[in-house]
Amino acid sequence: MGRPGTQGGTLSALEAAAVAFGVATLAGAAWLPPKATRVSGASFGGLIAFALARLAWGVPVGALASVTFALVLFRFAPGAVLRRVTFLVPSLLLLVFVTTLLMYHAPGSPFAGEKVASPQVEAALRAHFGVPKSAVDFFGIYLRRLVVEGSLGPSVKVQGRNVETLLRPALPVSLTLGLLALVLASAVGLWLGIVAGLKPNSAADYASTGLSAIGLSLPSFVLGAIGIVLFALKLGWLPVAGWGDLRHIVLPAVTLALPHAAYIARLARGGTIEVMSQDFIRTARAKGLPESAVVLRHALKGAILPVVSYLGPAAAGIMTGSFVVETLFGIPGMGQWFVRGAINRDYSVVLGTALVYASLVTAFNLLVDLAYAWLDPRVRSRS
Amino acid sequence: MSTRVLPPPGHSPGARAWRRLKRNRLARVGLVLVTLMALGCFCLPALLHLDPTTTHPAFRHQPPSAAHWFGTDGLGRDYAARVLAGGQTSLLVGLVATLTCVVIGVLYGAAAGYYGGRVDEVMMRFVDFMYGIPYMFLVILIMLMFSESARGDPVPVFVALGLVEWLTMARVVRGQVLTLREREFVLAARLLGAGDLAIIARHIVPNVLGIVTVYATLTVPTVIILESFLSFLGLGLKLSWGQLVSEAVGVVNPVAVYWWLLAFPSAFLAVTLLCLNYVGDGLRDAVDPKGH
Repeated sequence: MGRPGTQGGTLSALEAAAVAFGVATLAGAAWLPPKATRVSGASFGGLIAFALARLAWGVPVGALASVTFALVLFRFAPGAVLRRVTFLVPSLLLLVFVTTLLMYHAPGSPFAGEKVASPQVEAALRAHFGVPKSAVDFFGIYLRRLVVEGSLGPSVKVQGRNVETLLRPALPVSLTLGLLALVLASAVGLWLGIVAGLKPNSAADYASTGLSAIGLSLPSFVLGAIGIVLFALKLGWLPVAGWGDLRHIVLPAVTLALPHAAYIARLARGGTIEVMSQDFIRTARAKGLPESAVVLRHALKGAILPVVSYLGPAAAGIMTGSFVVETLFGIPGMGQWFVRGAINRDYSVVLGTALVYASLVTAFNLLVDLAYAWLDPRVRSRS
Repeated sequence: MSTRVLPPPGHSPGARAWRRLKRNRLARVGLVLVTLMALGCFCLPALLHLDPTTTHPAFRHQPPSAAHWFGTDGLGRDYAARVLAGGQTSLLVGLVATLTCVVIGVLYGAAAGYYGGRVDEVMMRFVDFMYGIPYMFLVILIMLMFSESARGDPVPVFVALGLVEWLTMARVVRGQVLTLREREFVLAARLLGAGDLAIIARHIVPNVLGIVTVYATLTVPTVIILESFLSFLGLGLKLSWGQLVSEAVGVVNPVAVYWWLLAFPSAFLAVTLLCLNYVGDGLRDAVDPKGH
């Protein structure tokens, strides 16, 4: 990565060794014996719960909630889940470290602002914000702050504010938007897909696959812009941008959900077609069940399975989309902080958003795995 | 399986897949349209002497007319020329970034699947780890590695998108290789004294090329969409479909709607991606007819 003109130059031996160590730890977690995995998984799970709960409710309630959570994990969680959690903490550490490295090796620095500071002033600023010249030192300071003070560090660009105070109002905004989009995408996608899959090559099938083809082949922000022109500017039903009441959430949520609704519709269609050709459907029909019962009781599960396994990637994709959609609609969410932080080289803001996003995605993936195991007995018996 | 008749000699699996692809109407139409689109984007500007950069301050925001088929933009530049030139870069980014993905993904997946066991476990853990990160993070961070003046060039975008999008490819290839390496012809090659590299290059990689083609075709639209996201955030190419569309979205206002600014690049983008998706689906059915 040592391009001429970049600030950081090539990786130092120490940095490379640290990355190698991180990857090795990550890999090593795969060979822990099952007992050790249970213990480490439960304690890591508690730790993460504490980090999140402290952000939301403060230390005492957070501690209580997370200890309970850890015990529940240890007693009841399937081994596969705890293995995933064990894997999570080293991977979050690696994420923070690699992100730090990338930012330190990118040209520019948080202090290369409009007014050129003297070396002494810059040194004083670096000391004040805890942003030393070396990426490894920064990583040390960041981790200490995170573990000891439970703080994501001060923002360099937003004077006098900590990253957690910046993100606390933004997190519920992004969560609401993201979850709503996910629910919308699943509901619309499933409905379209099942309708299409029950009668392949019918008019309904062509309409549904045509709709999903459009959803898949336009960037979401184009659909969003068309929505703004149509519903906000021409018809005046909805506000153009902003955040506040229910009417603000409609356009962004639909924009965010559309590409994923389209993909889910395709998956559900394929799943439905496959399930409907199975023997047990013929049996269900042969024993005289009404068609609605055949679909709802027997076919639905088959249609849902491929969709459930897509929900994890969908959540990550919705986060990616939220960077764009939040920018388009001027929504004060986390995506905006990340983009702004990355462009301004506000290291702690970038790391903070990365941590929160990655934890959310992983937690969501865990839930998806659990749901999958619950829905598909073949997976359940394997773990 | 037991009653399958051997294909007549001279019909390789590739030829049979090609025949099945030609029978798929949507894929056929898609293939023709994408080819036309590429030819149009790369040849028409030279043939019609279109110039995407010359500004005409007197002709700002002209609606489509006989002189300017797609109208003009806010600086009076011919919009048809810009849409076609943007198509060149968008298609190039799609192709080159996808090639990067293919190279990384195939090598990585083949190595993981071939060596198996702990090597496989470690390598796939890393892929899982990368999957866990919202990939836009990485794309944006990698883009920032390049200096501000270099950022509008195609190379940073190729690198950033290629480095992030190879994960699915690696997973797919690994899965295939895991079964391939147990097959008799690999055993035979090994008994004849072939080394690991020779086996991977001569026997494994040619056997995964079909499925790789399928996923590569489906990666191109993904990459083009991701580039448009980058453009929207101000980190993409200087001129591409994504950049034109995001610029048009930026000038949406209640007073005057310059619909042609949004409509033409969006339509070109959508048609191309739609066709690529259909070609990819058709290829999947053709390469693996049992899959559906």
